[in-house]
Amino acid sequence: MDITNTETFPGKTIIASHGVVSGSTVRAKHAGRDIMASIKNVFGGELKGYTELLEESRNEALERMQNQAKQMGANAIINVRFSTSSVAAGASEIYVYGTAVTVE
Amino acid sequence: MDNLIILAVLISCGYFFGRHAEKKHYRSIVERENALISLPITSSRHVMILREIDSSRLVLGGVVISVDYFKRILAGLRNIFGGNVRSYETLLDRARREAVLRLRESCLDADEIINLRIETSSISKGGDSKIGCVEVLAYATAIYYKK
Repeated sequence: MDITNTETFPGKTIIASHGVVSGSTVRAKHAGRDIMASIKNVFGGELKGYTELLEESRNEALERMQNQAKQMGANAIINVRFSTSSVAAGASEIYVYGTAVTVE
Repeated sequence: MDNLIILAVLISCGYFFGRHAEKKHYRSIVERENALISLPITSSRHVMILREIDSSRLVLGGVVISVDYFKRILAGLRNIFGGNVRSYETLLDRARREAVLRLRESCLDADEIINLRIETSSISKGGDSKIGCVEVLAYATAIYYKK
């Protein structure tokens, strides 16, 4: 499935719109990663464990959005937006939404 | 007394390792930015050069960076006196530039990147673990011209 975050689909023509689709995941931090992160917090630098976590959860959210779009019979999603928030201490949510369309 | 020694060790660890890590990171950022100078990127919604477009796709880049202990103490002091918290400014700057670099490195074969959006959040907001780190997610649309 083709995804863009522009209002149009560059290079293709949109022939039908199916409405908004979205996907979200809430991931809790791993205790082991948390310990590593607090050590890293003294020295500074990238928290690789958290970067991976972020990557996994956003792929999961994207996948859920794509499944929803597939069910609607769309073959592309345009105008995708991401939004992250921390729901509770130690858990972060990724929410992704866009418009499901059919392109030629 | 013991607590004071631990605190001093933590602060000096943060100062020396943190400063070293930051310098190293900035060096690598500048180097990679210079290497990628030929790949145009814009936050506007339309393509800059009018060419026939073959395809386009969503590209992403993300990073989580933590602040070191010394800077956290500095920022805490700043909270008392007010003013710019410079130690956090560099942290955010590094995180954003790194995220955009990762995004660009994920689509080196693209001709142009448009509609760049950057999302920032702190993971540990309100947490009792008090891990001071920022999470940056950059996303954009990569454009491929018709060859």
